[in-house]
Amino acid sequence: MKKKSLQLEPIVFNTFNAIFMIVIAVVTLYPFLNTLAVSLNAGNDTIRGGIYLWPRVWTEQNYRAVFAGGTIFNAFLISVARTVIATVLSLFLTSMLAYTISRKEYVLRKPITIIVVLTMYFSAGLIPYYFLIRDLHLLNNFLVYIIPGLVSAFNMIVIRTYIQTLPEGLIESAKIDGAGDFRTFISIILPLCQPVLATVALFIAVGQWNSWFDTFLFASSKQSLSTLQFELMKLLSSSMNTNSSASMANGADLNAVQNMVTPVSIRAAITIVASLPILIVYPFLQKYFVHGLQLGSVKE
Amino acid sequence: MTDYPKSIRAKGEKARSLNVPKESLWRRLMGQKQLMWMSLPIVLYVLVFSYYPIWGWTMAFQNYKPARDFMDQEWVGFKHFQFLFTDPTFLNVLRNTLAMSLINMVLGFATAIVFAILLNEVKTRLFKRTIQTISYLPHFLSWIIVTGIVASSLSVDDGIVNVVLMKLGLISQPIMWLSIPEYFWGIVGASHVWKEVGWNAIIYLAAITSIDPSLYEAAEIDGANRYQKMLYVTLPGIKSIVIILMIMNIGWILEAGFEVQYLLGNGVVVDWSQTIDIFVLKYGLQIGNYSLATAAGIFKTIVSITLIFAANTIAKRFGDERLI
Repeated sequence: MKKKSLQLEPIVFNTFNAIFMIVIAVVTLYPFLNTLAVSLNAGNDTIRGGIYLWPRVWTEQNYRAVFAGGTIFNAFLISVARTVIATVLSLFLTSMLAYTISRKEYVLRKPITIIVVLTMYFSAGLIPYYFLIRDLHLLNNFLVYIIPGLVSAFNMIVIRTYIQTLPEGLIESAKIDGAGDFRTFISIILPLCQPVLATVALFIAVGQWNSWFDTFLFASSKQSLSTLQFELMKLLSSSMNTNSSASMANGADLNAVQNMVTPVSIRAAITIVASLPILIVYPFLQKYFVHGLQLGSVKE
Repeated sequence: MTDYPKSIRAKGEKARSLNVPKESLWRRLMGQKQLMWMSLPIVLYVLVFSYYPIWGWTMAFQNYKPARDFMDQEWVGFKHFQFLFTDPTFLNVLRNTLAMSLINMVLGFATAIVFAILLNEVKTRLFKRTIQTISYLPHFLSWIIVTGIVASSLSVDDGIVNVVLMKLGLISQPIMWLSIPEYFWGIVGASHVWKEVGWNAIIYLAAITSIDPSLYEAAEIDGANRYQKMLYVTLPGIKSIVIILMIMNIGWILEAGFEVQYLLGNGVVVDWSQTIDIFVLKYGLQIGNYSLATAAGIFKTIVSITLIFAANTIAKRFGDERLI
């Protein structure tokens, strides 16, 4: 009896464990696949309900509507622009600062580290920050997407920790060859930091691409500066505020008679457009960020 | 500072410094002009964006009127703070914030640890990797997208949660999940779990892989079965990282988040959904009571900082590495 249960036990456990993992995968993926199906289904048909994993009336109208020019396409362009510009600038400045405080001989290393790291633990709060942005004339200005978040203490620490693992001799030999710190940083450190830079670039880009709060606070009165996430948020809150779903469906129904694109279907399309770039990139960077996270936490 | 390389001294100073046995700080700094140029502009930027706004804290001690100069403001001492702690709305907001961040923390830790341990038991490599990659996915989606997904999954018309519960016969008619105040905290907690469980498990998985395999072998020789190994080898193996992360998280107790509650909340559940951040936004930017909103913000920052430094000290006692 005991022997039998010992042989049976691993099979039972493994089966249940595998089923559990598959359930987790399904729960994670289903909402996303459902959104994909809705985005490819005609809006006036979606209202009838019953769309789960596969579109019933195929259409690419919803995506056409997103990219047809006009506000949503403009928001898409703004999102792309802010993500690209901010990621490049922020990566450069953050790693440059990280390099300087990784230099043991640098006299100002300690004070700078403290000044920057402390910013991880406090913030002046929303209201004073809002006034600062206003006083710097960044309200309703594209630069409000770029400038305020340029340097993050967390990212800087991650990069610095990585630089410190590089062999000291490399930097010293560059110095002996007559390279200044800036040259050393550009031509020795940056190329060697590729793995950590990939991780941090992913963090910054995802943060930029997903951000909507800054648009909401600082640029909501200027439609030309709206971002994809903000457009999505407006659609979401308009559909949630009409609290009874019946009135929502009725309102959409009227539209839907003439129109295959409804708020629900276009929301699905924007959701897919807003998540696809990240979903394509992150699996390839997986090994980098997994390692990067370990660097920050499990330090043996 | 013994390994201070000579090469970074400025050329002109070489001769002079030969006579001085130990260089003064200033002299050394002058030899590091490139490092200074590379760092000081960025530090200046940090000072402007992170430190300068603290000056705005003065607003909390005034009846701040935007039209007046600083010198003409009316100073009221701690009036706004006193008001906050007698204001039922603020106390309610404080309760919501604490409750939701505690729920998020407990659920977040428990699910991530369980997921990591169970995933570690999956021996098929491809399967394990696939599940792990899928589990990170929601972490990269914005809260806008996630709350949109949550809202449509919970919807009364066609939401998958209601559909599944009805098919299973657990409920006879759809539940309006987002309109029942008592459910709100749970929904926020579950949304966090859905979004972050895979991501949070990364650290534990890493810790598990660094456990010495000979411990498992020894346990096996002693006749431990799979569950006993999980309980007596794996869990103790990740205990220290769990404790450190928990202590560190205490500092963020007032950071219940803003986005989820703002996006999922509605008029019906407002008594359960509002957090300090939403309170600040409402009073400050929508009603225009800047002083009160700033006071609430200060309270939040001071509590966080105190807790973080306390946590840091406790972590030091535990003999593990501190965060700062």
